[in-house]
Amino acid sequence: MRGSRLVWLAPLLLFAGVIILMAKNIGNSPEAIVRSHMVGKPVPEFAFAGSAGLPGLQTADLRSGQPVLVNLFASWCVPCAIEAPQLEELRRKGAPLVGLAIRDSNENITAFVGKHGNPFSRIGLDTNGVSMLALGASGVPETYVVDGRGVIRFQHIGEIRPEHVPVLLRELEKAR
Amino acid sequence: MIAAAKPKRQRLVLALVAAAVLLLAGVVAVFALQDTAAYFKSPGDIAASPPAPGETIRLGGLVKPGTVGRSADGLVLHFTVTDTEADTEVSYRGIVPDLFKEGQGVIATGSFDSSGRFQATQLLAKHDENYVPPEVAKSLEKRGHPVGQS
Amino acid sequence: MSPEIGHFALWLAAGAALLQGIAPSIGLWRHDEGLVALARPAAVAQGLFTLVAFLVLMHAFYVSDFSVALVVENSHTMKPTMYRLTGVWANHEGSLLLWVLVMAFSGALVALAPSALGERFRARVLSVQGIVALGFFAFLLFASNPFARVWPAPTEGQGLNPLLQDPGLTFHPPLLYAGYVGLSVTFAYAVAGMLENVIGPRWAREARIPLAIAWAFLTLGITLGSWWAYYELGWGGWWFWDPVENASLMPWLAATALLHSIVVVMKRDALRAWTLLLSVAGFSLAMMGTFIVRSGVITSVHAFAVDPLRGVFLMVLMALYIGGALAIYAYAAGRVTEGKQFALVSRESTLVANNLLVTAMLGVVLIGTLYPMALEAMGGAQISVGPPYFNRVLVPMMLVMAVLMGIAPWIGWRRSATGHLSARLLPAGIAALAAVSIALWVLGVRGLGWILGFGASAWLAAASISILMKRGLTPGIIGMALAHLGVAVSILGATASGALQQEALVNMRVGDAIVLGPWRAELQDVRPVAGPNWTAIEAKIDVTRHGRPLAQLRPQTRTFIAPPMETTESARAGWRTGEVYMVLGKPDGEGRWQVHMWIKPLVRLIWWGGLLMAFGGVLALGDRVRLKRRAGQAAHRAAPALQGA
Repeated sequence: MRGSRLVWLAPLLLFAGVIILMAKNIGNSPEAIVRSHMVGKPVPEFAFAGSAGLPGLQTADLRSGQPVLVNLFASWCVPCAIEAPQLEELRRKGAPLVGLAIRDSNENITAFVGKHGNPFSRIGLDTNGVSMLALGASGVPETYVVDGRGVIRFQHIGEIRPEHVPVLLRELEKAR
Repeated sequence: MIAAAKPKRQRLVLALVAAAVLLLAGVVAVFALQDTAAYFKSPGDIAASPPAPGETIRLGGLVKPGTVGRSADGLVLHFTVTDTEADTEVSYRGIVPDLFKEGQGVIATGSFDSSGRFQATQLLAKHDENYVPPEVAKSLEKRGHPVGQS
Repeated sequence: MSPEIGHFALWLAAGAALLQGIAPSIGLWRHDEGLVALARPAAVAQGLFTLVAFLVLMHAFYVSDFSVALVVENSHTMKPTMYRLTGVWANHEGSLLLWVLVMAFSGALVALAPSALGERFRARVLSVQGIVALGFFAFLLFASNPFARVWPAPTEGQGLNPLLQDPGLTFHPPLLYAGYVGLSVTFAYAVAGMLENVIGPRWAREARIPLAIAWAFLTLGITLGSWWAYYELGWGGWWFWDPVENASLMPWLAATALLHSIVVVMKRDALRAWTLLLSVAGFSLAMMGTFIVRSGVITSVHAFAVDPLRGVFLMVLMALYIGGALAIYAYAAGRVTEGKQFALVSRESTLVANNLLVTAMLGVVLIGTLYPMALEAMGGAQISVGPPYFNRVLVPMMLVMAVLMGIAPWIGWRRSATGHLSARLLPAGIAALAAVSIALWVLGVRGLGWILGFGASAWLAAASISILMKRGLTPGIIGMALAHLGVAVSILGATASGALQQEALVNMRVGDAIVLGPWRAELQDVRPVAGPNWTAIEAKIDVTRHGRPLAQLRPQTRTFIAPPMETTESARAGWRTGEVYMVLGKPDGEGRWQVHMWIKPLVRLIWWGGLLMAFGGVLALGDRVRLKRRAGQAAHRAAPALQGA
C-alpha cells in the first residue's frame, strides 16, 4: 500500500511544481520584462521646447546637483490623469518634478495640466517620443529618478498609486 | 467475450496504458514545440547570430524613420526595424495595422527568405497605454497593437 | 443610494461565507446538529447579500455615481444605458464581484435543491463551497474593493472605451463565469465526497447535474468569445491559441472528460479515483485561467495593471485550494479506487479512450501555454508558442476523436460483440467516403488535413444522425447525439472555411472590382463619415454572386475621439452559413485603397455547432425520462446496444 500512496501524491507534487514556477514568474512580473536598460546610465542628450507656459527640458537641466523626478506623460494617457493627485502630493512633499510630454501638442498639454494640476517646474514637449527610446521607456506613464549628475537611478512603470509615493520619495533620498 | 481481468490487475493495465498514451502525447508536444516556438529577437540579436532561412521568429524594435516605402502595386510594405544597435529590413504584404508609424515600436512575425530579406506574415504596432483591461489588451494585440512588451 | 450599502452587504456576505464554511465542518466533527444545520441558511444568506452588493454597484454605474472610483475609471455619462449596466463587469474588481455572485448564487441553489445524498453530505458540500468563496471575498474586500470611493467626486468618468461597448464582449464574461463557477460546485462535490466517503453511482448521478450545466455555459462562453474575436479583430480568424483563450479552453477540456468519466461512475461504479482527480482539476484550471490573466504570471500582453500584491494574493489562494484538494485526494483516493472490472470492447472502455484523448489534448494545451513562462522563469529566451504548435499536435488528435465518437455510442455497456457494429456504421462510412470524394474531385481540395476533416465530420454527423433514428430514444440519448452532431458541425465549419476559403488583397480605385470565382466586389465610393464618438473613412462595396446582388458592405477605418484610438471595422455579409468578409486599409496617396476580402464558406457552422453542443449537453441529463412506452421487452432487446448516455 505504501507504493500506491505515493502514486496518489503525484498530482499534488506536480501542482507544487507549477506553483513554484508561477511564483518565480510573479517575481519576474512584466515590470522586469519592460525594465529599462538605462537604469544606472546617464540620461542621453536631448533638448525639448517648453509647454503650458513652462520652460523646456534639456539634459543639462538634469545635472543640477539635485535628484529630480522625471515624469513621462501625455494628454491622451488615461492613467496619467489618475496619477495626477499623487504627483501633486510628491510636489507638496518637496520632490522636484519635471515632465516629458510624449507625442502630444502644446495645446493639449496646456489643457491637461490646467485640468489635472501642474506639479512640474519644467515640461519638455517631445512630439516624436524620442525620449522614450532614449530612456528605454516602453509606455506612459513612467517616472524616473535621476540623480544630481544626470544618472538614471530608478524607474517606476505605470501610474503612481498612493502606495508608491513613499517609495519614490525614498529613492529620491537614496539618489542624493 | 473477452475475459475480464481482475480489478486490481485491470487497474494496473489501465494505468500503464494511460501513462503510455500521455507520455506519447507529451513527447509529441515537446518535439512540436522545438519546431514551432518562435523566438523573440531584436535586430542586434540577428546581427550577432543570424537565424536560418525559414525559421519563424518575432522581430521587435522601432520603425526607423525615413525607411518606410511601398512596392509599385501598393500591396507590399518595406521598412527597416532598428534597436539603435543594428537594423533589419522587413517586407510585409497585407493591410498595415492602424498604429504602424515611423519611430513607433513594432513586432514583426515571420522568417528570413533565401535572399536574406525578412518576410513578415504579421505586424503588431505597439500601443502606448500601460493600463488596459485584458479583453481590450487582447483585442488591441490582435488588431496589431500589443500593450507592453511581449 | 449610498454605495456604502453595497460595501456593507459584501462584508455581510463574507461573514455568511465564513459561517457557511466553518460551522458545518465543526458541526460534523463535533456531532453538533445545530451547527450543521447552519449550512443552508448561511448559503442562502450569502447569495442574498452578494446579490445586494452587486445590484448596488450596478446602480452606481447606472446613475453614473462618480464618487465610486470604479465608476470613474470605467464609465461615462455618454455611454449607452446597456453598456453602463454591463460595464459593471468589464473591469477587474467588477468582474470579480460577478464571479463571487455566481458562486454565492450556485451555493444557494445547492442549499435549496433536493439532495439524494443526505443532509450530512450536503452540509459538507456547502462547507467546502463556503471556504472557497471566503478566499475570493477576502481578495475582493482587501485587494480589489469595487466600492472604493473618490473624494471629491469628478464630474465625468474616463471609461468610454469603444472596444468594450460590444454585445459579444459584454456577455462573454458572465457565460464563462457561470461555467467556471459551476465547476466549483463539482469541485465541492468531489472534496465533500472524499471526506464523507460517498463516492459512487448516486454521488455521480447528482454531481453530474451542475457539471453538465457548467459545461454548457462554458461551451456557450467560448463559442461567443470565438465569434466576437472573428468579427471584431479584423483578420477573419476565429481562434488564436493565445493564453487568454487557452485559459478558458483548458477547464472546458477537463469538464468534457469529466462529463464522460462521471457516467462510468454512474453506470458501472468504475473510474472513481480518476473522476475525482478530474473534478479537482476542472475547477483548478478555471481558477488558474481567470487569474493568470490578472496576475501577470504568463508573460504576455494580457496582464492588468499589475499590482504584485494582487498576484501574490491570488497565487496563495490557488495554492491553498488546489493544494488542499489534492492533499485530500492523496489521502482519500486510496479508499475509493475499488471499482468493477470491464471488458476490452465495451462502452466503459470507449469512455476511457475518450478520457485519455481529451486529457492528452488538455496536456498539450497546458504545455503550450506554460512553456514560454517556464522557459523564462529558468532564464531562457523569450519565445511565443502559437497556432503552428497547437494546430500541428491537436488537429490529428481531434480527427481521431471524431472517428471514435462516431463508433462509441454503438457499443453497449459490458458488451463486447462487434458483429453488428460494421452494419450500424455503414451509413457513417458511406458518408465519409462521399465527403472525401466530393472534397477531392468536385471541390478540388488538396491537403491531407482538410480532406480528413471533411471525412471525419461527415462520419461523425452521419453516425450521430443514425442514432437519432433509432427506437427507444430518451432525452439522454438525443442529447448525446445532438452534442456529438454539434462537434461534427463545428468541424465542418472549421474545415470548409479553411480549405475552401478564397482571399484577395488588392489596391483598388473607385470603380474597380475584385473578382473571385462567381463573386464580384466593386468599390463604389470612399468617403468620411462620423458617429457619436468617432470619425471614419468608409468604403462602399457592392458584392454580387453570379451577377445577383448580395449586399453592400461598408468597411471602415475608424478613429475614436475619447480615448483616441484607431480601429478597423470589418464588414461582413452572410451567404448560406458562409460569409464574405471585407477589411479596408490605407490609401496609397494616388487614389487607390487597400482592400482585403475573404470568402469563407460555411464559417458560421463553427458557432452553430457550439450552440448545438451546449444544448445537447444539457438535454443529455434527462436520461431517465422515457419518451415512448417500450413496445414490450422483446422490442427492447432487439434495439441493440443503444443505452442511456
